[in-house]
Amino acid sequence: MTSSSTKDLVSQPYKYGFVTEIETDKIAKGLSEDVVRLISAKKEEPDFLLQFRLRAFRNWLTLEEPDWAELGYPEIDYQDIVYYAAPKQQDKKASLDEVDPKLLETFDKLGIPLSEQKRLSNVAVDAVFDSVSIATTYKEKLAEHGVVFCSFSEAVKEHPELIERYLGSVVSSNDNYFAALNSAVFSDGSFVFIPKGVECPMELSTYFRINSGDTGQFERTLIVAEEGASVSYLEGCTAPMFDTNQLHAAVVELVALDDASIKYSTVQNWYAGDENGVGGIYNFVTKRGQCRGARSRISWTQVETGSAITWKYPSCLLQGADSVGEFYSVALTNNCQQADTGTKMVHVGPRTRSTIVSKGISAGRSSNSYRGLVQMGRNAKGARNYSQCDSMLIGDQAAANTYPYIRSQQPQAAIEHEASTCRISEDQLFYLQSRGIGFEEAVSMMVSGFCRDVFNQLPMEFAAEADKLLALKLEGSVG
Amino acid sequence: MIRPDAELLLEITDLHAAVEDKPILKGVNLQVRAGEIHAVMGRNGSGKSTLSKVLAGHPAYRVTGGSVRYRSQDLFELEPEERARLGVFLGFQYPVEIPGVSNLEFLRVATNARREKQGAEELDTFAFEDHVGEKLAVVQMDPAFLERSVNEGFSGGEKKRNEILQMALLEPVVSILDETDSGLDIDALRIVAGGVNQLATTDNATLLITHYQRLLDEITPDYVHVMAAGRILRTGGRELALELEQTGYDWVDKELAAQGVA
Repeated sequence: MTSSSTKDLVSQPYKYGFVTEIETDKIAKGLSEDVVRLISAKKEEPDFLLQFRLRAFRNWLTLEEPDWAELGYPEIDYQDIVYYAAPKQQDKKASLDEVDPKLLETFDKLGIPLSEQKRLSNVAVDAVFDSVSIATTYKEKLAEHGVVFCSFSEAVKEHPELIERYLGSVVSSNDNYFAALNSAVFSDGSFVFIPKGVECPMELSTYFRINSGDTGQFERTLIVAEEGASVSYLEGCTAPMFDTNQLHAAVVELVALDDASIKYSTVQNWYAGDENGVGGIYNFVTKRGQCRGARSRISWTQVETGSAITWKYPSCLLQGADSVGEFYSVALTNNCQQADTGTKMVHVGPRTRSTIVSKGISAGRSSNSYRGLVQMGRNAKGARNYSQCDSMLIGDQAAANTYPYIRSQQPQAAIEHEASTCRISEDQLFYLQSRGIGFEEAVSMMVSGFCRDVFNQLPMEFAAEADKLLALKLEGSVG
Repeated sequence: MIRPDAELLLEITDLHAAVEDKPILKGVNLQVRAGEIHAVMGRNGSGKSTLSKVLAGHPAYRVTGGSVRYRSQDLFELEPEERARLGVFLGFQYPVEIPGVSNLEFLRVATNARREKQGAEELDTFAFEDHVGEKLAVVQMDPAFLERSVNEGFSGGEKKRNEILQMALLEPVVSILDETDSGLDIDALRIVAGGVNQLATTDNATLLITHYQRLLDEITPDYVHVMAAGRILRTGGRELALELEQTGYDWVDKELAAQGVA
C-alpha cells in the first residue's frame, strides 16, 4: 500500500453523531428507591409494575457487576447517570402531527422517516428517543390482524394483563447485574404480541436513539408469539458523539409457544468512541428467547459494529420438544473497541436443535471475543448443536479470542464445534488490486465473503445495509 | 513478432528497487514493443520476480531510482488497481487463496473494472456468465471452478489456469507472467502455454519470467534476457535460451566477476 492511498482512506466520521437540540424532562442524576418510584409515578404505572421494579432494585443492590468478560473499562459510577429523560411535549400523540417536528426531523436524518408519506412501505417502526417511544407506524393496519405493536408504556396501559403475565418470565429481575438494573429503571421499549395462528404481515422494527450525553438508556423489549404465530423483528440503534461514555443496559425477552417462530435481527451502530477510545456507548445487554412450545423456533441475527464496549449474549432456552434455536452473529471491532459477545443455547427438551454461526472481525487495536455456552440437559435426548466460530484479524494489533463452553448431561446429544482464525494479508489485497479492484472494494469483498453466512439471514432490506456499514467501519483500518 | 515501428508499450530505464532497504534491482533497462514476446531468465535471486512485482506495484517493493513508462505514462504514478485497469497484468507465481470470495464474482468485478477503462459496457451477472463461458475454453477449465472461492483448494495447475483465464478476461496490453511454468506437469504446461499463445496479438506484449527453457519450447520468444545481480546482463534471441540450457549459468558468474560485481 502506497502512503497516498492509505491517507485517502482515513476513517469517515460517524455520520449519526449529531445531537438534536430539544427541551427534555430529565430527573436528577443518581439511583435510589425514590428514583425508581419516581420513574414509575411519571409513567403512571399500575402497582404490579412498581413492585416488579422495587424487587429488581433490591436485587440489584445485592448483585456484583460481572467481571469475567474480556473487557477493560473504568469503573462505572451509577450515581452519575440520569435514569430518566424524555423530550418535553410528552403525552402520547394521537397522531404524528402532534409529534415535535424536531423529533421527526431527527429520524428523517437517521434514514427512518416516520411521516405518512415517507415511511418505509413494508416495515412498521417504533421510534424510541432517549427514554420514550415517540411514534409507532402502521399500528392500525397491524391491529386489523390482531397484532399488537406499540411502545412498552402503551402496552402497560392497554394490555396490562399480557405485560403482567410475560414480563420477567424469561429474564428474571435478578438474572444478572445489568438485567436487574434494567428491570428497576427501564423507561420504554417495544412490545409485540402476535396472536395464535397469525403470520405478522410486515417486518416490525424498533429504532433506538440515545440523544442526551449523561442519560443511560434502559429499554425493555418483549415479544410474544402465540401458537403457530410468526414474526420478523429488527432493531437498529445510533447515538451522537460525546467524549463521555453512555450506559445502555437493555433487556429483550422473547416467548414462542407451540409452532411459533420469532426472528430477531439487530443492526447495532451505537457511537463507538473515537480512534483513541474516547467516548462511546457501554452496551450491556441481556437478550433471551424461550422456545416454550413444541416445534417453536427462535432465531437471533446480530450485526454488531458500534459501542465502545459490547457485552451481549442473545440466548435460547429450548424447552419445547423439537424446538430450534439459532444465533448468527457478525461482530466487528475497530480502533479501541472491545466486544465480548456470543450466545447460550440451553437444550432442555428432547430433539431440540441449535445452530451457532459467529464471525468476529477485529481491526485496529480492538479486542473481539466470542463466548458461548452449549448445554444439554438430562432430558435433551437426541438434541443436536452445531457451532462455527470464525475470527478475522485485520492488521497486527487486534486481538481475537474464542471461549466455547460445552456442558452435557445427556449422552445421546450431539455437539459439533468448529473454529478458525484468518488474517487479511497484504498479498491477498495486492492480488485483488492487481486485477483492477480498488483497495476499499477489495477489503469489503473479503469481509463480506467472510460474513456471508450471517448476512444471508438478515431481512432483505437490511442485508445490503449491513454490507455497506461494515465497509464504512473498516475504512482506513488496513494498510 | 518484431516490428521496429510498433508502439513502445513499456520502457524501463535504469530501474532500481529495494525490499526492506535491501537493494534488489540495480539498473534494469528494457524496452517492449507491441507484438513482442520477451523471456526474462535467470537464477533464483537474480531479481526477475522482483521486476514483475515492481511493475505491478506490490507495496513491499520500493522503487529507489530510474523510471518505467507504460504507453508514455509514468507507471509509478498509478496505483496497482489503476495499472491493471489500464492493461498491465501480472500472472502470479503463487496465486493466493481468498476464502469466501466467489471466483465468479471476483472475475466479474475485475473484468468490469477493466472494461470501464476500455469503454466497453458493464456485464451483469448473466451476461458475464456467457462471456466467461467462452474464455474457459482458452485454458480448458471446468466451469465448476467458477463456483468456488478464489483459488481456494485449487491444485497448482488449476491456480495457473485460473491466472490465464483472468488474462483472457482482462485483455491486457502488457502481460507479465511470473514463473507461470513452475510446478506444472507437461500437460498442464502445454495448456497454459497454449492459452498464452492464443492471447498474444500484434497489439499486446508478453513478458515471460522463467527459470527453465522448457516453457520456451511451447512459447517462442522474440527476445531472451538474462538477469543477474539485479540487472539484465545479456540480451539475445531464441538461441540464447538454448545456449543457457547447454552451458548453465556458470558463465554468468565469470561475467559478473569480470565486471567486479560478484
